[in-house]
Amino acid sequence: MNGTARTGDLGGTIPLASLSATEKTIFDQIHSWVVTVDHKKLGLMYIMYGLLFLVVGLEATLIRIQLAAPNLHVISPQAFNQLFTMHGTTMVFLVGMPIIFGFANYLVPLMIGARDLAFPRLNAFGFWLSAFGGLLLYFSFIGGEGLAGAGSAPDVGWFAYAPLTARAFSKGHSTDYWILGIMIGGFGSIATAVNIITTILCMRCRGMTLTKMPLLAWMNLIMCGMVLFAVSPLTAAQIMLLLDRFAGSHFFDTQAGGSAVLWMHFFWIFGHPEVYILIIPSFAFASEIIPVFSRKAIFGYPVMVGATLAIAFVSLSVWAHHMFTVGMTSVGNTFFVVSTMMVGIPTGIKIFNWLGTMWGGKLRFDTPMLFSIAFIFQFLIAGLTGIMLACAPWDWQLNDSYFLIAHFHYTLVGALVFMIFAAIYYWFPKATGHLLSERLGKWHFWLFLIGFHITFDTMHFSGLLGMPRRIYTYEAGRGWGLLNLICTVGVLFQVAAVFIFIMNVLRSLRKGKTAGNDPWDAWTLEWATSSPPPEYNFAEVPTVKSRRPLWDIKHPTDPDWKYE
Amino acid sequence: MQSQPSSRRCQRAEQLKASACSFLIPPWMLWLAMAVVLQQGVLAAERTNPALIPSTFAPESAPAHSISHLAGLALAITGAIFLVVAGLLIFAVIRFRRRANDDGTEPAQIYGSGPVEAAWTTVPFLIVIVLSLTTARVIQEVQDAHKPDTALDVQVIGHQWWWEFRYPKLGIVTANELHVPVSQATFLELRSADVVHSFWVPRLAGKIDLVPNKVNSMWIEPERPGLFLGQCGTYCGTQHALMLLRVYADTPEDFARWVKQQAEPSESNPSVTAGKWVFEQTACINCHAVGGTVADGRFGPDLTHLMSRDTLGSGALTNSPQALRAWIKAPDQFKPGVLMPAMNLSDSDLDQLVAYLATLK
Amino acid sequence: MNAATATASLEPDSRWIPSKGVVGMTCLIIAESAIFTIFVVAYLYYLGKDLSGPAPRQVLELPILNTICLLSSSVTITFAVRSLRVGDTKRFSAWWLATIALGAYFLLGTGREWARLIYDKGLTIQTNLFGTTFYSLVGLHASHVIVGLLALLVVLAFALAGSVKQEHAERAHVLALYWHFVDMVWIVVFTVVYIVGR
Repeated sequence: MNGTARTGDLGGTIPLASLSATEKTIFDQIHSWVVTVDHKKLGLMYIMYGLLFLVVGLEATLIRIQLAAPNLHVISPQAFNQLFTMHGTTMVFLVGMPIIFGFANYLVPLMIGARDLAFPRLNAFGFWLSAFGGLLLYFSFIGGEGLAGAGSAPDVGWFAYAPLTARAFSKGHSTDYWILGIMIGGFGSIATAVNIITTILCMRCRGMTLTKMPLLAWMNLIMCGMVLFAVSPLTAAQIMLLLDRFAGSHFFDTQAGGSAVLWMHFFWIFGHPEVYILIIPSFAFASEIIPVFSRKAIFGYPVMVGATLAIAFVSLSVWAHHMFTVGMTSVGNTFFVVSTMMVGIPTGIKIFNWLGTMWGGKLRFDTPMLFSIAFIFQFLIAGLTGIMLACAPWDWQLNDSYFLIAHFHYTLVGALVFMIFAAIYYWFPKATGHLLSERLGKWHFWLFLIGFHITFDTMHFSGLLGMPRRIYTYEAGRGWGLLNLICTVGVLFQVAAVFIFIMNVLRSLRKGKTAGNDPWDAWTLEWATSSPPPEYNFAEVPTVKSRRPLWDIKHPTDPDWKYE
Repeated sequence: MQSQPSSRRCQRAEQLKASACSFLIPPWMLWLAMAVVLQQGVLAAERTNPALIPSTFAPESAPAHSISHLAGLALAITGAIFLVVAGLLIFAVIRFRRRANDDGTEPAQIYGSGPVEAAWTTVPFLIVIVLSLTTARVIQEVQDAHKPDTALDVQVIGHQWWWEFRYPKLGIVTANELHVPVSQATFLELRSADVVHSFWVPRLAGKIDLVPNKVNSMWIEPERPGLFLGQCGTYCGTQHALMLLRVYADTPEDFARWVKQQAEPSESNPSVTAGKWVFEQTACINCHAVGGTVADGRFGPDLTHLMSRDTLGSGALTNSPQALRAWIKAPDQFKPGVLMPAMNLSDSDLDQLVAYLATLK
Repeated sequence: MNAATATASLEPDSRWIPSKGVVGMTCLIIAESAIFTIFVVAYLYYLGKDLSGPAPRQVLELPILNTICLLSSSVTITFAVRSLRVGDTKRFSAWWLATIALGAYFLLGTGREWARLIYDKGLTIQTNLFGTTFYSLVGLHASHVIVGLLALLVVLAFALAGSVKQEHAERAHVLALYWHFVDMVWIVVFTVVYIVGR
């Protein structure tokens, strides 16, 4: 063991000959990844899968090129409709969900002092199921219209409203690819959620009561609980849609008395909690990263937990704010106005708590912190445009317009993707043993920030000027041309930024500065083991006395457990 | 660490800045002027009439005004919140950054504060109450408005990808272009023949969906005569983008004249009998109706007064006999995926057909 | 070593930690309940909205015997697990077999009922909204019974081969939780379809 007083070497650097990578052939290495049940490898596979589809999801670039000026004919309407459907579906199900599960997979056992997830084989099963679902969805591009009439990529929008998805209006099998790809992925998500909840409830190390576990663990616990409640309604609705399309049932068959609105209810009972499922992990990352780079404990730990629980519960009651234009009664509309605005309160509280954490601290502006500060700024704006959309009569103008697109890209890109980048810069050293380049990181950050704002700020205005979403072109004379052109220009910056990011990752994997156990001088258990951690995580399962076990070790005269 | 502008590029930038200032024009003004000029230039290139831009902040009808006022309040509140919170964030980033001469000690660890948490929970809660009460009132004002006796009734039926308008009390059936009287309430009943659509004319009202198996209603009350642009607001299939709306608010005299003209059946004109024969013998009458003839198909738009409309194909083309000819020959070229097939008529048949249709004023 | 581990390792762990199997199965049950809830909501929403075809009242008969069998199987499986906890593997196999038999009878009964509805009453999933929601809801439940029976059969096979021992009681208990869930769902389905719906 090394003799420093900072961190006891809980991870150990026990040399085992079999761990030496150079002794394995390339086949052995691939084989070990394919058959692994190790949460760290599976976590990394989830993240790599998600990042791969992030690049693919830049099919949005083609959308922006087509819309850069009025009446362009770069892409046919049929192709365009497939592009926006696949873009939305990809980003939610093949990028967002895998990456957040990947981080949960990797970090939760390390942060609670466990050696793996509760059910390692179920973990692998969940990953491969999710991966298969995504590949099945993308196979639809190849199973194209000409190929024995097998179908083509789905073109019904990512929320696939009925009866557009009925056999009569959606010929071929494109919609079936959408249903099956996502349903299979959904089973994978439920499996992983079950696994993570069980891990957190049953495998925390000694001394770590629920009130002493890191906020990341709490938020993943809550997020996975929401997955159990939220993904199932989508699975149920998709089973119903399959029965309609193949067995002749009438769930959403309006000709037989079925209801198009029922699909909307079922979808959004899934869809709204789903967006909170996607964003809560970004809260988790922020709650770990901001304290470290402010050199202060998180402000208001119990309130952060309580607020996240409140969000989880209230988010189950707001779904019909996606349906304000459907023609509900004024009482119905008003109920959802109130519930939607209510869910904004705990969300806002969290922003204040992160501010409170930074207040009075000593801020270090390494790349993870740059992304985190931008996250706070952009999530604030996203929340506020959300409040605007919660005003139902204004939503009657703004729903399904570019203002709505701006709002949800502010949450999903401006908040979630920014925090994913922050998390990667923060934990990449732990997973690989190398730091990412700060210089390239700053280029990545600034280019992405500028591009993001050029694109998505302008979208607010085209929406306010009456431009609806999901249109493959628009006529000159509506005043939307300049805004769309500017919007498209922003994409160039974002693409450049992502390219620099990929270069950074590839370069740093080999040539990055050695990270050591704890490059950021942080306080949670994952920093107590080596970088990368050995397969068993900790040589000796730790015991903790406070929320920041490494703070206690580094400050033996002033440990946290005296104040908590 | 401040570094001197050593490169030539930096020096030139400094010179430019200096010269701009020497003319007493601040740089930000130059940027703003450039932005405005650029925007006006592009608008001019697009030949945009500002009165046609379907802006949600240019309300010209009572429901749109209600919405616009609510939007103003919401914007004011959220704007204030933004300024305060973003201001605090920017302040924190500057004030609490680690200085170059930092001694490496950790700052005071503050774990929370009950009173602070209570304060920043209570204030948002009060804001939410104010905003939701106001919103509830506007919902009621717009959605539950009492229908005056003088209101005009229109039935809107959404199809893939065109609009059917029926005036039940006036016996009029038309498509894609809605005529309503100015300064009078028009109450719309909305239905769909196939999938979900949405009726959206931003200057006149918020949007509402046309859902199959459901009847929705909304109302408008345009304040000035003129044309108001809109389009379908919910994805409804391949040509959702070209399901455009034109609402004409007419003065009472103009409206009366339009009603009279629309209520007349088509007149039989002997010089175009050949074209009428082509129309009735080909599959046209399976989908289209012409009042006063055998044609009564309901799948496509009613053509009785086709030439009284400004556009064809729900906004895909400007209407004229030449455009009509090109449309009938190959609708897919103007609206790919449209449900009207190319009829593969010979050129002479097509000419006769167009001559006939051109008489349907 | 470090200060944190040295002092604390001798204190007893006073936290209550649930078993992994029970937590995992509970989570699965929550997710499955959400799926069933949606089908129940669809059933209730479409009650009385048929445009044509037979109504529930006209064709449904109360499946009393089926229900008694299925609910009894919850009792038998509880006895089975209790037997295994005290190490009585023979009684365990007997009660386990009884559970399977009762579950299988339930399935047969459901099959017979469906045959009657389809051939005698002309009600299929395509007939009308009642047909759609009835077959999908009852069918979803039946599919869960099938999966449960398959799992129970696998355990029975191991038990008959002598591989199931007292230390496996917790795992049997986890599987029993699933079986209890299937019975709970039937109580809800029975109430909604055969009592409220008629």
